[in-house]
Amino acid sequence: MELLSILVDWSRAQFALTACYHWLFVPLTLGLALIMAIMETLYYVKKDEFWKRTAQFWMKLFGINFAIGVATGLILEFEFGTNWSNYSWFVGDIFGAPLAIEGIVAFFMEATFIAVMFFGWNKVSKCFHLASTWLTGIGATLSAWWILVANAWMQHPVGMEFNPLTVRNEMVSFVEVALSPTAVVKFFHTVSSGWMTGAFFVLGVSCWFLLKKRNKEMALRSIRVATWVGIISSVVVMTTGDQSGVDIAKNQPMKLAAAEGLQNGGQRAHFSIVPGVEVPGVLSVLATHDIDGYVPGINDLINGYTLPDGTKQLGGKEKMVLGKQALADFQAYRAAVGKDSVAAAAAEQRLKANMPYFGYGHIQNAEDLVPPVGIVFWSFRLMVGLGGFLLLIVLLIAWYDRKGKLADTRWLLKAGLWSIPCVYIAGQAGWTVAEVGRQPWIIQDMLPINAGISNLQSSSVIITFFLFAAIFTVLLIAEVSILTKAIKNHNSEAL
Amino acid sequence: MEQNTNIFKRIGRFYIEGFRNMTWGRTLWLIIFLKLFVFFVVLRIFFFQPYYKGLNDKEKAEMVGRKLMK
Repeated sequence: MELLSILVDWSRAQFALTACYHWLFVPLTLGLALIMAIMETLYYVKKDEFWKRTAQFWMKLFGINFAIGVATGLILEFEFGTNWSNYSWFVGDIFGAPLAIEGIVAFFMEATFIAVMFFGWNKVSKCFHLASTWLTGIGATLSAWWILVANAWMQHPVGMEFNPLTVRNEMVSFVEVALSPTAVVKFFHTVSSGWMTGAFFVLGVSCWFLLKKRNKEMALRSIRVATWVGIISSVVVMTTGDQSGVDIAKNQPMKLAAAEGLQNGGQRAHFSIVPGVEVPGVLSVLATHDIDGYVPGINDLINGYTLPDGTKQLGGKEKMVLGKQALADFQAYRAAVGKDSVAAAAAEQRLKANMPYFGYGHIQNAEDLVPPVGIVFWSFRLMVGLGGFLLLIVLLIAWYDRKGKLADTRWLLKAGLWSIPCVYIAGQAGWTVAEVGRQPWIIQDMLPINAGISNLQSSSVIITFFLFAAIFTVLLIAEVSILTKAIKNHNSEAL
Repeated sequence: MEQNTNIFKRIGRFYIEGFRNMTWGRTLWLIIFLKLFVFFVVLRIFFFQPYYKGLNDKEKAEMVGRKLMK
């Protein structure tokens, strides 16, 4: 048991490490793609060579980030097949289909249009070049869509049926999987956070130019584009974050309870700004858009609770009983299939009824259903707090720029520069809430992590963990050093 | 067909000239190829073999089924 725990912990750590590093590259790709496309559109519309040179500079930084980040996500797919083989088989084609579409879309769209974008200046028409720049960004965004569909399915599995014969989930509705509300909200929340990353990266670099009194015109005009993208994307992030809260309250109430550190729920549930500073009713509004809305706490979700309308909700302990029954029915089906068709059909029928609790059959203690509250609680506050700080910074930058005082306001330029690490930390914190908050599930309610793992030697997982840590650190150092060199050497007047 | 060949030739030339005229892009391509080599040759072959490699679908179902019933 202890050995399994070590294996699970290291496998999770390895996946988390890979995903965190991968997410350093992706949001900047999404965000810079939008900003450079807007700048090239300005060049196309205004026929001003300045915008061409400016777009080319940001494209160069996009290219560096893209080249170093490309294929880092493939490691996650390797890990699925090696470390999480039971999970990979159990999810069937539901996970495979979106990832396969993502691979094809990413490869063909990005390989084609990114080449035209970089090699095509003065070789293809301006219109075709502009279209290629936009399509590079759209290709990256569509890739994100399919990855997020797969992730959303793990958070809220829909559109499938479990086949006990093949031990796989089979897709019964592609539309339900691809357009589940969880996937839609996750897509807009995540992609708009990528736009924010791009906007604050451009703001930060431009602020640095202003601090160094270099490339002033390019910096100020880039800031104008970035502030618009930053303000709009911040608002989209907040709006979709609100929708995400409602979705989590409905489909992953334990995650919400953990994010709030809410032990005992009820109506007019309070929101903790920090421990001890609570605002009554706000959590109910956030979770249900109703001040009288009922929000269950951790204890309610473990022991069961009754809604204000008298409806009884099962607790984790009762679900564990049903889950054990589901596993027994699964075992009975496997024993009877091919030998006794009547017994197999009866077991399959019973399994179908208890399938929503299948994963609970693997849970040993009800307390295991609670994710690490401290990590989720503080990650949520870090994400929201930094999001608010970033919005304030971008509004101040827009205001000072409008007044013509930005270039001389050094404290704000420094804050703009520091917004770059802040936007990355906010993004990482957001994924921490999403992924740590859904523990112990690898697929919500259907498969806990300890049932999804391969029976590997933990030592081999530890070795590959450090191998990845080394490889990704080298890539990150390469990214930062090449980017800073490109920024430091840039002279917009010399172009 | 003649026209198609021309189109393919033009596309080929477009890429070749693009690669030839790269400056800072050369370093990036070197990083990309090194990275892909490490990922697909070193990691994939030596460290990340699919766990159920060599089993057919029925055997995989049997193995996973048994694990889930434990």
